[in-house]
Amino acid sequence: MDTLLQDYLPILVFLGLAIGLGLVLILAAAVVAVRNPDPEKVSAYECGFNAFDDARMKFDVRFYLVSILFIIFDLEVAFLFPWAVVFGDMSMAAFWSMMVFLAILTIGFAYEWKKGALEWE
Amino acid sequence: MGADLTILLPEIFLSLCAMAALIFAVYTTKDEVAPLLVWGTAAVFVALALWVALSGNVTRTAFGGMFVDDAFARFAKVTILLSAAAILVMSKDYMVKRDLLRFEYPVLIALAVVGMMIMVSAGDLMMLYMGLELQSLALYVVASLRRDSVKSTEAGLKYFVLGALSSGLLLYGASLTYGFAGTTSFAGIISVATDGNISVGLLFGLVFLTAGLAFKVSAAPFHMWTPDVYEGSPTPVTAFFATAPKVAAMALFARVVHDAFGGVVGDWQQILAFLAVISMFLGAIAAIGQRDIKRLMAYSSIAHMGFALVGLSAGTAQGVEAMLIYMAIYVTMNVGTFAFILTMEQDGRHITDIGGLNMLSAREPAKALAMLVLFFSLAGVPPLLGFFGKYGVLLAAVDAGLGWLAVAGAIASVIGAFYYLRIVFFMYFGDPEARGTDVAVAPVQGAFLIASAAVMVLGIINLFGVEALAASAAIALVN
Repeated sequence: MDTLLQDYLPILVFLGLAIGLGLVLILAAAVVAVRNPDPEKVSAYECGFNAFDDARMKFDVRFYLVSILFIIFDLEVAFLFPWAVVFGDMSMAAFWSMMVFLAILTIGFAYEWKKGALEWE
Repeated sequence: MGADLTILLPEIFLSLCAMAALIFAVYTTKDEVAPLLVWGTAAVFVALALWVALSGNVTRTAFGGMFVDDAFARFAKVTILLSAAAILVMSKDYMVKRDLLRFEYPVLIALAVVGMMIMVSAGDLMMLYMGLELQSLALYVVASLRRDSVKSTEAGLKYFVLGALSSGLLLYGASLTYGFAGTTSFAGIISVATDGNISVGLLFGLVFLTAGLAFKVSAAPFHMWTPDVYEGSPTPVTAFFATAPKVAAMALFARVVHDAFGGVVGDWQQILAFLAVISMFLGAIAAIGQRDIKRLMAYSSIAHMGFALVGLSAGTAQGVEAMLIYMAIYVTMNVGTFAFILTMEQDGRHITDIGGLNMLSAREPAKALAMLVLFFSLAGVPPLLGFFGKYGVLLAAVDAGLGWLAVAGAIASVIGAFYYLRIVFFMYFGDPEARGTDVAVAPVQGAFLIASAAVMVLGIINLFGVEALAASAAIALVN
């Protein structure tokens, strides 16, 4: 039982540190910081939109395209990480699978680029 | 690895064609090459159908059983490829005339077909999901092909949201199945669920998988997206929705229940019988009030899926064979019917109101006769081919001891006959004063219409070996 709990000791230490550090930072901001509040400063920041507004508003579809593109390449990186970690002892099949995956993504990207979806004006 | 890839060669070839076409078109003249791409894609489909059909009568598996190439998969693939080619060819004129033809259209259809080919060959829950999503994502986009039309974008959005919901149900079922069976491969699942013994968790997985698949085949009570999507999508896209994806989803359904849950027939039989009864009656009754022929065809497809599910719920090789023949006949009838719907117009504007069929017999006797044959066949009036399709599935149900299901099917078929016969009534004894559809010059669509009607008549004498192929496909699946 003791050895089992000992295995979790680092997590306990980490939790203690995280809570302590978090408290210190919040309290420090409350005690030491200089404050000059104005309405813009205290409102929640929401990527250029009003935080509290009708959700059914029009916005440029290009925001959406860029975010989709971001997600696609984000996922690509998420796939690449484990692949890169075991790169030294992987088979040719694993290597070429990733190459094919990257090639297919590139085709999609080339299509989007040439179609003009990325031109901002 | 090399041997595995050889088995997937048709799918790989089609994907490469689609990607090459995409890059070629976007780097050259864009939409001007679209008609050429439509013909090219259709030709590739037909060539692949021949390739798949002539690749021998063996069962091969690739990637450790994830991909199965057997007689069942080949039967479904040939049906899918040929119907997709037919829809592409007959939709070209319509789309060019209405300035709808984008080069992405044939590419997306090709990618959807790749997804369907993977679906019908799936031997693993992951492969199933990959194929299903590849198909669905391509179809969501083509549903909203007419971007400036509210109805078309609404159809795309509804299809997407409900498709995502159904994928969620399916994935939940797949994860439960994986959790309780310890494997995602169908061969592994069937070795856990044998001789009618199934754990409660696995049963829940089976129920959620079935619900997700019922969404995809648009079986009631998971049908609610169908009429809106059919009505809102451009008509060629509706024609496509009504044919190839239905075959693929039905074949996938058969594969899951037989390959993965073939040891517990009693457990899924009651679910499928329930879906079948609800679909048949809902399709028959809800279509009566429809004035829009695309909505009417949507309810018609719901009822037809109900009949196909009757064959599947028999749980025997005979039932699967009847279901495959039923789907082949259903697709042929729909190709012909939609070939006609594509030519309905007034002053160059496409119309879908069934009032447009008033007194068609006086203006176009040949087309009216062909439509008469097709609607009688859709209704299942003997001696046309549609009757033998229905007879086959009902007989399979009776032989499997589901006599009540066959009786319900016969009653639903009689109710459903009303709305098909009403259209025939409009065509032959309608209001002569009413403004009907214009006489359109459409050789390609006309040829498909006549050919489809001819098959409904000639098929009674000889089905050109389709029965034998379906029988060997069913045996490959059920054993």
